[in-house]
Amino acid sequence: MIAAQTVSSDGPDIGRRGFLLGTAATAAGLAIGFRPLAAAANATPAQDPFAAYLTIDEDDTVTVLSSQFDMGQGSYHGLATLVVEELDLDWAQVTVVGASGNPALYGNLMWGGAIQGSGGSTSMATSWNRYRTAAATARRMLTEAAAEAWGVSADSVTIEAGQLRHAASGRTSGLGAFARAAASRPVPADVPLKPATAWTQIGNADLKRYDVVPKTRGEQDFTIDVTLPDMVTATMIHPPKFGATVAAFDATDAKAVSGVVDVVSVPSGIAVVATDMWSAIKARDLVSVTWDESTAESRGSEEILAEYRDLATMPPVASARNDGDTAAALASAATVVESQFEFPYLAHAALEPLNAVVRMNADGTLEIWSGHQLPDVNQNVAAAIAEVEPAKVKLHTLKTGGGFGRRATPSGDIAAEAVHVAKAIGWRHPVRLQWTRENDMRGGYYRPAYVHRMRAGLDAEGNLIAWENHIVGQSIVAGTPFAGLIQDGVDKTSVEGASNIPYAIPNISVGLTTAEVKIPVLWWRSVGHTHTAYTTEVFIDQIAEAAGADPVAFRLKLLANHPRHAGVLRLAAEKAGWGKPLPEGRKFGVAVHESFASYVAQVTEMSMEDGEPKVHRVVAAVDCGIAINPDTIKAQVEGGIAWGLGSILQEELTLTDGEVDQGNYDTYTPLRIDQMPKVEVHIVESTESPTGIGEPGVPPIAPAVANGVAALTGQRVTRLPFAKGLNV
Amino acid sequence: MARFTLNGVQQDLDVDPDMPLLWAIRDHAGLTGTKFGCGLAQCGACTVHWDGLPVRACQTLVSDVEGAEITTIEGVSGDVAETVQKVWAELDVPQCGYCQSGQIMSAAALLAETPKPSDEDIDGAMSGNLCRCGTYQRIRAAIHEAARRLEA
Repeated sequence: MIAAQTVSSDGPDIGRRGFLLGTAATAAGLAIGFRPLAAAANATPAQDPFAAYLTIDEDDTVTVLSSQFDMGQGSYHGLATLVVEELDLDWAQVTVVGASGNPALYGNLMWGGAIQGSGGSTSMATSWNRYRTAAATARRMLTEAAAEAWGVSADSVTIEAGQLRHAASGRTSGLGAFARAAASRPVPADVPLKPATAWTQIGNADLKRYDVVPKTRGEQDFTIDVTLPDMVTATMIHPPKFGATVAAFDATDAKAVSGVVDVVSVPSGIAVVATDMWSAIKARDLVSVTWDESTAESRGSEEILAEYRDLATMPPVASARNDGDTAAALASAATVVESQFEFPYLAHAALEPLNAVVRMNADGTLEIWSGHQLPDVNQNVAAAIAEVEPAKVKLHTLKTGGGFGRRATPSGDIAAEAVHVAKAIGWRHPVRLQWTRENDMRGGYYRPAYVHRMRAGLDAEGNLIAWENHIVGQSIVAGTPFAGLIQDGVDKTSVEGASNIPYAIPNISVGLTTAEVKIPVLWWRSVGHTHTAYTTEVFIDQIAEAAGADPVAFRLKLLANHPRHAGVLRLAAEKAGWGKPLPEGRKFGVAVHESFASYVAQVTEMSMEDGEPKVHRVVAAVDCGIAINPDTIKAQVEGGIAWGLGSILQEELTLTDGEVDQGNYDTYTPLRIDQMPKVEVHIVESTESPTGIGEPGVPPIAPAVANGVAALTGQRVTRLPFAKGLNV
Repeated sequence: MARFTLNGVQQDLDVDPDMPLLWAIRDHAGLTGTKFGCGLAQCGACTVHWDGLPVRACQTLVSDVEGAEITTIEGVSGDVAETVQKVWAELDVPQCGYCQSGQIMSAAALLAETPKPSDEDIDGAMSGNLCRCGTYQRIRAAIHEAARRLEA
């Protein structure tokens, strides 16, 4: 979703500070830390250049320092798997913590390496060589240190289940006993990694996540659970319209509420600060605010979509792909198929409402506890507000109750707001800023609304000769430090999955018109693919129907040059029993889509019940390269299907006169358990490097369901969600 | 003053009677396993047991539970709850884990009442608990598996 090689320094605040430089990729140096307990008190990260990717304590604890953020997708487990594999650890000795503050070491290599971040389903891809190499190097240094002490050859010392061992003499030792000696050795270069044939962890389908037990006991701490001495809790009143600001406010009554500490104005609204959350919530209702809405967005979502519909009829402003001569091919086509699709704004609505905890210390350091998905952004934004050097900002990265992209704002919105609140009360207390559900739902940064206008041409023999798609919507990156992702007027996140359709069609035209709207928008689990997979795969199904062809066979014929697409499509179709008779009233739907370099096909088995689609079963086939954690891959695809299914059936964020209509889960309605289909996930065996899995399970479910609905009802749903667009 | 028993310990909390039980548990009793998700009894992340029955703590006032026995994820015990927790981990149900305290409290209450639940029973008892990560398939499987083990 973000590519740092195209990150510019144009950003309003961050760029000026010069940290998001458009510099060449920095190859991350290898750094492994050994942390003898006796020295730990004196060691700071600055003094210990090795403490970057993993540390080994004298008590044998191995701590993996994760560059990748864990919002539930299992990246901590994934990185730990690589380290456990190469060091042959016992999982019981392993912990994982979030690390940040050094893009040279933690920069995301899939984005060019200049900025740390988790997104675009890149966590395993960026870590694959980095963390295996770190662990293999640590292994070599430990075995050499033990060999020297034992007076034996280095290659006769092994590590098994976290124990150093010399088989001939029967000597064994924990790793910690040699941590200090190993740390004093030169770091060897080019340590070979284990061959795939020796893997016991990577690809192990029986391996369970290391971090689930605390989550079954209420022992997993999230930002909402961070408690500091003398801490106060703040919650927010935000403007009802995006772009509005505080003109005046009266907090006299609110301040009279027991427990209220202060009511302060910050750039994003009014913060009610209290000793506990309930006092803050109660007092919030008593604050009266006058808003300046002179520069606010005052249009409703219907008006915005109406504008998009108009724009869609005009020629696109920018071209994202232009193969052959689409206009001529459409003019000569025997059959022209047309469709227009409309997508609403969507909210991430993660279960843990956004939050951050801020403490300014007496020594001038500023600590921030939060889900730091773009830690360098948060560090720099916070430093600017607090007027301290970025190096004085210490981030504590917590696991979060979901995320789905919402914590990766280029503005660092939640960290920034928390720092503003702490500053506004004069740094008197550590502050836990905790949004309510309504703050979160109405806090912006949505999946943008889009319109796609499409035409395709078939020749007299039923061959697909032309494909035209005009996409209209907001840019996610325009006006942010990530604006470098816009090239020749095309925001890649608006067209990904549409400009690179895999089907062999001689004439393809994909155009983009970017509209100016003041509603903040953001990456939302699978980003552009949320709409481009839908339009591509529903439209290709519609074209197959017009050609009188079987939907799977029609696609396969056009995928001859894309074996990985074809591979997952064949596998899903075969496992689902495509073409075999189904019980009365049931039909199949199918879709295949590549996103984040992973390939996923899904076949749905569906019926209509009381006018609504019922998905009984989903068979998914996944090719994400080497399957590091097969069970996590399955879990991510299961969850991705739930995510995508809820979004098309019933999720919709609307605005009336610029104000968001939904505030809570009673009106913004994610999937619930009674709507969850049975999901089977089949993983393609592969020797390719690992690619994404947090997002790629999402895009195919929506079109697969839509295509099933078309098979059942004859209706192609073109306006989402189905609750609005399906009329039977 | 709010008086109730929390995980077997008598609480005398000097809080407003209109304070939701959720905030009394989290901010005043200091137990944070019970989560805030919506404040409107829509997501189930704050599910606790009130005399053994599942309730949403965000819509239960401390004045409602005067003298009651409240159990949270930290205090839940017995064969049913412990089996649910064990199976939950074995089947790798949690992803982010934020909703799982509530899921487990609802699942334990279901199995205490209905030892052999059907898929429909599970849907009925669990549809008040949102999981944005979409762990529903594993929740269903874990409840069935816990029921099997408890029967054995």
